[in-house]
Amino acid sequence: MSYTVLVFVKQVPDTQNITGDAMKADGTVNRAVLPAIFNPEDLNALEMALQLKDRYGVKVVVATMGLPAAADVLRQAMYRGADEGILLTDRAFAGADTLATSFALSCAAKKVKYDLILCGRQAIDGDTAQVGPQVAEKLELPQIAYAEEIISLGDGKVVARRAIEGGYEVLESPLPAVMTVIDANIPRPMAARRIMKFKRARIKSEIVKEHADANYTDDAAIEAKMAELKDKGLLIQEWTAADVDADLDRIGKAGSPTKVKAIASVVLTASESKQVEATEAGITELIHELIADHTLG
Amino acid sequence: MANFFSDNRDLEFTLNNLDLLEAVALRENNYEFAKEFETAPVDYADALDNFNRVLSVVGEICGDNIEPRSRTVDREGPHFADGVVTYHPLTQANLEDLRKADVSGVMLEHRFGGLNFPVSVYTMMTEMVSRADASLQNLFGLQDIAETIAEFGSEEQKQQYLPKFAQGLVDGSMDLTEPDYGSDLQAVKLRAWQDEKTGQWYLNGMKRFITNGCAQVHLVLARSEEGTSDGRGLSMFICEACPQLVVRRIEDKMGIHGVATCELQYNDVPAQLCGKRRLGLIRYVMSLMNGARVAISAQAVGIAEAAYRAARQYAAEREQFKKSIDKFPAIYDMLAGMKAKLTAARTLLYETTRAVDLRTVYTHLAEEPNATAEVKNMAKYYNKLAAILTPMCKAMATESANQIAYDTIQIHGGTGFMRDFNAERFYRDARITNIYEGTTQLQVVAAIGGVMQRDADKRLEEMFAIEFEGESARLAEIVKGLYAKQLEAVKFVADRKDVAYHDLHARDLVEMETYVFVGMLMLRDAQKCEDRFVLAERYILDSQAEFAKRYAKVMSGDLTVIDHHRDVIDY
Repeated sequence: MSYTVLVFVKQVPDTQNITGDAMKADGTVNRAVLPAIFNPEDLNALEMALQLKDRYGVKVVVATMGLPAAADVLRQAMYRGADEGILLTDRAFAGADTLATSFALSCAAKKVKYDLILCGRQAIDGDTAQVGPQVAEKLELPQIAYAEEIISLGDGKVVARRAIEGGYEVLESPLPAVMTVIDANIPRPMAARRIMKFKRARIKSEIVKEHADANYTDDAAIEAKMAELKDKGLLIQEWTAADVDADLDRIGKAGSPTKVKAIASVVLTASESKQVEATEAGITELIHELIADHTLG
Repeated sequence: MANFFSDNRDLEFTLNNLDLLEAVALRENNYEFAKEFETAPVDYADALDNFNRVLSVVGEICGDNIEPRSRTVDREGPHFADGVVTYHPLTQANLEDLRKADVSGVMLEHRFGGLNFPVSVYTMMTEMVSRADASLQNLFGLQDIAETIAEFGSEEQKQQYLPKFAQGLVDGSMDLTEPDYGSDLQAVKLRAWQDEKTGQWYLNGMKRFITNGCAQVHLVLARSEEGTSDGRGLSMFICEACPQLVVRRIEDKMGIHGVATCELQYNDVPAQLCGKRRLGLIRYVMSLMNGARVAISAQAVGIAEAAYRAARQYAAEREQFKKSIDKFPAIYDMLAGMKAKLTAARTLLYETTRAVDLRTVYTHLAEEPNATAEVKNMAKYYNKLAAILTPMCKAMATESANQIAYDTIQIHGGTGFMRDFNAERFYRDARITNIYEGTTQLQVVAAIGGVMQRDADKRLEEMFAIEFEGESARLAEIVKGLYAKQLEAVKFVADRKDVAYHDLHARDLVEMETYVFVGMLMLRDAQKCEDRFVLAERYILDSQAEFAKRYAKVMSGDLTVIDHHRDVIDY
C-alpha cells in the first residue's frame, strides 16, 4: 500500500501582528505590510499528513496557490517532512475568491495522483472555511470537515474523528476523500537536517531569477539546473493555469463573484451592568425581563 | 510566540561575530563534504545560514514549548519506583520536540547523521535550552558523551552508537563520581575486571550523583589495573542499561528538578573498553569534563539570561513611591551591573568555544601522518588556550549566574522569595552550576597554571593591538594598566616560591586575569558594534575596583591566614 496524501496550504499575512496599514482603502488585506506565514491550521493538516507518513509510509505532497514567494511555505513544509511541493502561480489566478480558488485547486488535484486531500479548516486572512469543502464538491468527493484525528487509513477507506458541537463523531469514508483539519494536534518543529537539505529547493521562477541576478540568461543552463535539482528531489513544481487546464473564466478575478461592498469598523462598547441576586426570585425576575425584551422566547 | 534566539540581540551579535571561518572550513574538510553529503554546507556563508536557521528553530521550541512547561517540571520532577526512573511527561515532550527538530547529534559528523556543527553553535543551543528550563540542559547537554565516543572510541563503537545518538534514539550519562570520590577522581574505586577466556570486561561497584544515570548508554570511569591507586590505573568503559546495572535511588535536590540524579550499583555489568587502558582519567575524562565545563558555563549563562529578563521586567512594572522601581539608582545600578556581567560571561563563553573548536580541528589535523610543524604548533597553541579559558570561563560564568540570580530575587523583593514567581527557581537552579563538573575552587586549580605561564598572553596582545579611538582608547588604557599590574602580581607570587601562598591567592590571580581578558573582549566587541560601548565601559569600570581589591591582597605578602587560620576556625 502506498498512498499519496495531498495537502493544500496557504501563505497568509500574519494577522496576529496587525499594524495600522493592514487594510487597504477597498477593504481588502494589504499583504505587503504584513509578514507572510504558514496558515496555522494548514500546519495542523500537514502534521496530520506527516503522522500518516510515520504510521503508514504515505507520500506527502504539498500544494499551494500564490505568488512565487509562496514557495517559502512549500519549503517550510519540506523542512517538516513533506516529500514534494507544487506551486500554482499565474497572473490569471490573481484576485480569486473562494469559488475561483477551489476551482483552481481542484484543477491542480486532477493532475496529481492522490488518495486523500487534507486542508486546514480555514485561513486566518479570510476565515471563510469554504475552500476545502468547495474543493471536495468540485472533485465530487466525500468530505469530512473539522477533522481532529485519523483513526485508520487502509483498505481504500479512511476512518476519522471530527469535532461537532458538544462532542465528536467518528466517520468512515471511501478514498479518495477530502478532509479539513482543525487545531487538534501540535505541528512538529522543522528538522535541522531537512532544513539544511531543502533550503536549496527551488521553483523554476526562482532559478530564472537567480540566473538573471548573476547576469546570466542561458536557457540550457536553467534547464540543466532544474534537472540537477529534480535529481536531488529539490525541484518544486511550478504550474500555470495552462498547466492545469484551468478554464480562464472560472479562475482569478474573472471567476470570482464575491465583491467587497462595504467595510465597517464595529466598536463594541459596554453599557451599564446589573446585579442579579442568586436566588429563585432573582432568577425568575431575570427570565421575565429577558422574555419581555424578546431575548428569550 | 517567543523565540529565544531572535529575541536575544546579544546572541545574534555573537553568532555573526563568531569568527569561525577557519574552524568551520577545517571541520567541513574545506567544504569537500558538500560533494558527499546533501546537508553539508558549500562555504562559510552557507554554514552560517544553516546555523542561523537551526538556532532559530531551537529558539522557537525553547520559547514556545519548553519554557511554558518549565514551572510544572520544576514542581513535579521525574518519578522513581522499583528501580525505574520515569521522566515527567512534559520533560519527555521537551525531549521529543528536540528530537524531532533533529538536534540530537549537533556536533557529530555527517557520516553518522549528525549536523557537524562546531561546539560554539551547539553551546548557543544549550544556552537557550537552559534559559527555557535549566534542568533540561542536563539532558540535552549530554551530547558530549557521543562526542567522546566519536573522539576516542573505535570505529566499531562509533558505528554501533553514534547513528543512534544522532537520531536521538539513545541517551547517555557519564558515570564518574563515587560516594567517596568527587573532586578527587583519581582515587575512583569502581572495579573493572576482564574474563581471561573471553576477554569480556565487567564493572563492579557504586557511582553517585550521576546525572541521567538511567540512560541507555553509559561512559564509566573504572579501575582496570589491579593494585593501582592513582589516576593512571583508570580506564574508560562503555556499558548499556541492563538488569545488572541498578538505579538504587534518585536524589532530592535543591534545583534542576527536571533531571534525575542517580545512585548506581554495578553488579558485574558487561562493558567495552573505550580507547586505551590507563588513559581513562588522564586523557578521556579530562576531555569529557572540559566539554562538560563549557556546557555548564552555557547552562549558567542561560539561567542568568532568564533571571536578568525577569528582573528587568519586574523592575519596569513594579511601582513604588509613584514610579516604577527601575527609576531608582539602587535598582538601575543593580540591573546595569547584572547586564554587564551577563554579556561579559557570554563573550568569554564564546571566546572559549572558539578556542575549543580550533583546538578540535587542529588536533585532528596534527594526528595525521603528514602533519606539518605549523599544524602541530597550532594544535599545541589552541590546546593551551582552551585549557586556560575553559576553567576561567566556567568559574566566571557560573559565579556570575549566581550573583545575577541573587540580585533578581533582591529586585523582586518579597515576591521573589515566593514560589509564585520564577526568580527563586533561577536561584536554586544556578546554585549547582559552580559546584558540579568541578567546583569553582577546582576551576581555579585548573586555570592557575596557565595564568602563571601566561598562556593567554598571545591572544591578549592581539586584542591590545586593536586601534581603539576616543573613549574606547581610554578604557583600553585602563585595561592595559590592569594587565601591567597582573604581570607584576604573577611575578610577585612566582618569586616567593611558596606553595601555600600561591594556592591561597590562586583564585585572586585567576579572577584578575579574567577581568583583564574579558575587559579586552568587551572592548573588541564594542569596536564591532558601537551600541556595546556602554557595556564595555560598565564592565571595565566595575572591574577596576574588583581588580584593585585582589591586587592589594596578593601584593600584601600577608601570611596571617596561613599562620592563624586554625586558631580562627577553632575559636
